[in-house]
Amino acid sequence: MKVTEQDVAYVADLANLELTAEERTGMLGDLNSILDYVDRLNELDTSDAPPMAQVSDRYGVDESKQCSERFAYASRDDIPEGLRKSLPHEVALENAPDSDGTFFLVPKVIER
Amino acid sequence: MDLSNLTIDAARSAVQDRTTTAVALAEEHYARIQKEDGQIGAFLTLSKERALEQADRMDFMAAEGKPLPPLGGVPVGIKDVMSTRGVRTTAGSKILDKYVPPYDCTAVARMEAAGAVVLGKMNCDEFAMGSSNENSAFRPVRNPRDLNRVPGGSSGGSAAAVAADMAVVTLGSDTGGSVRQPASFCGVVGLMPTYGRVSRYGLIAFASSLDHIGPLAKTVKDAAIVLRTIAGRDPMDSTSADVPVPDYVAELDKPVRGLKLGVAKEYFGEGLDDEVRHAVEGAIDKFNSLGCEIVPVSLPHTPYAVPTYYLIATAEASSNLARYDGVRYSHRARAAKTLSDMYRRSRDQGFGAEVKRRIMLGTYALSAGYYDAYYLKAQKVRTLLTRDFDEAFRKVDAIVTPTSPTAAFRLGEKSNDPLAMYLADIYTVTASLAGIPGISVPCGETREKLPIGLQILGKHFGEATILRVAHAYEQAA
Repeated sequence: MKVTEQDVAYVADLANLELTAEERTGMLGDLNSILDYVDRLNELDTSDAPPMAQVSDRYGVDESKQCSERFAYASRDDIPEGLRKSLPHEVALENAPDSDGTFFLVPKVIER
Repeated sequence: MDLSNLTIDAARSAVQDRTTTAVALAEEHYARIQKEDGQIGAFLTLSKERALEQADRMDFMAAEGKPLPPLGGVPVGIKDVMSTRGVRTTAGSKILDKYVPPYDCTAVARMEAAGAVVLGKMNCDEFAMGSSNENSAFRPVRNPRDLNRVPGGSSGGSAAAVAADMAVVTLGSDTGGSVRQPASFCGVVGLMPTYGRVSRYGLIAFASSLDHIGPLAKTVKDAAIVLRTIAGRDPMDSTSADVPVPDYVAELDKPVRGLKLGVAKEYFGEGLDDEVRHAVEGAIDKFNSLGCEIVPVSLPHTPYAVPTYYLIATAEASSNLARYDGVRYSHRARAAKTLSDMYRRSRDQGFGAEVKRRIMLGTYALSAGYYDAYYLKAQKVRTLLTRDFDEAFRKVDAIVTPTSPTAAFRLGEKSNDPLAMYLADIYTVTASLAGIPGISVPCGETREKLPIGLQILGKHFGEATILRVAHAYEQAA
């Protein structure tokens, strides 16, 4: 057993999930069986393999440049108007579960 | 009009030469959906108003004698993970039950700009997480070939609709096989393009380094037409590649004689169903007779692809799905006293079991103390898997494999065993991790008349080659 009940509670907390007692029990079994399975990755020597985060790193990157310059391929020229025009206020609020027409409303964060 | 075997060119020509109208064609598809989809469950939402407006525009153009664009009047379906302005987009999840996007996904906009008539939104596994479509929060999709079987997933609705002639083509999304595997199970063509080939702007994110949009179609040519329509740089998606888009359709008829096709023993090992093996070996013989050279290649890290995929995909998902907090959109739990209580309860009520499982696994793999052992390790193995393909593609032009180790399984057969379900993706996740393109084409049937899929994998941006190879097989088979 790699994952304990405490781990499940801790991870659920990190993930902002409540989970019922029944869900926690199921999760304990599932996570342990999946993690047992993924353990086979440790059979591999990866000492000369750099981590690969993105396929798009494989094309377009200018290795001779520094920092963000290397990723110039992914950037576009600024267009002062048009392309990134914000959504109108009322449209942005249309899907809000609760709003006062100006802001998104949420339950109290701080008690006074 | 007979909808069976109706292709893009046939539909467009019929509208162009006024044999039918785009409106009539859309209505015929809706009639068929009305008749068939009760038992299949491929559609979640119908966008009839939008469809008929577009059809009207196409009919007007045709009546004026103007040439229709490449998809003019062609009825299509869109997987419900792609945003459609004014049309409910759920990602197959209760948490987005009422979500109506304020903008269009680029791929959808490009389809419509090319004249496509969007009939509606296709059912799928919740947030595209699943291999059977049983994880849809609304209803499972059933395989049109056998209603007791799954259509595959996660683009199960997209595949089933094409197989049942409820749409001419559909768009799906493929993160670990979600276009190719359902295409295989339903007996249609499914293409996952190279990572970056098609903009993901407006695609509801599951795993950003792995998500792809691709077509499901009745023929390879139709898949090529759709790819030509949706491919290419989009300033709204910085991961879309600035690589020229060739005319995939014009390339289809180039000869395949002399092409080198790789066969990797790692794709023919334990777990592969005998009938699938037999069908794929038959296809390889067919390529041989078409003048292709069959070359053994080795992809030694293949057995490590599924664990690598399920660590990376879940880690990215746990991050991407953090946005569903019940504040700006998405379901909000009532009666929560505090903000954090509201987050938790909303997510608890809104997400289904598999989504929670993946969020938990991904959060665990990224959490302090486990990051190096799981997430970082998986990223390193991803490099090894990618090097396998780099090595193989030095020797061959494409690689042929089965798409899935089995034909469509029964509903409920794997739904209580997450690991067994994950292994259904064993032949498709490798290409997803490496970012190379792959296509599934029908390659015969089992004794029970269930479709079998042949997968053809290509080099980065080598879609023209795999489409050509798939087309040659389709024509010869």
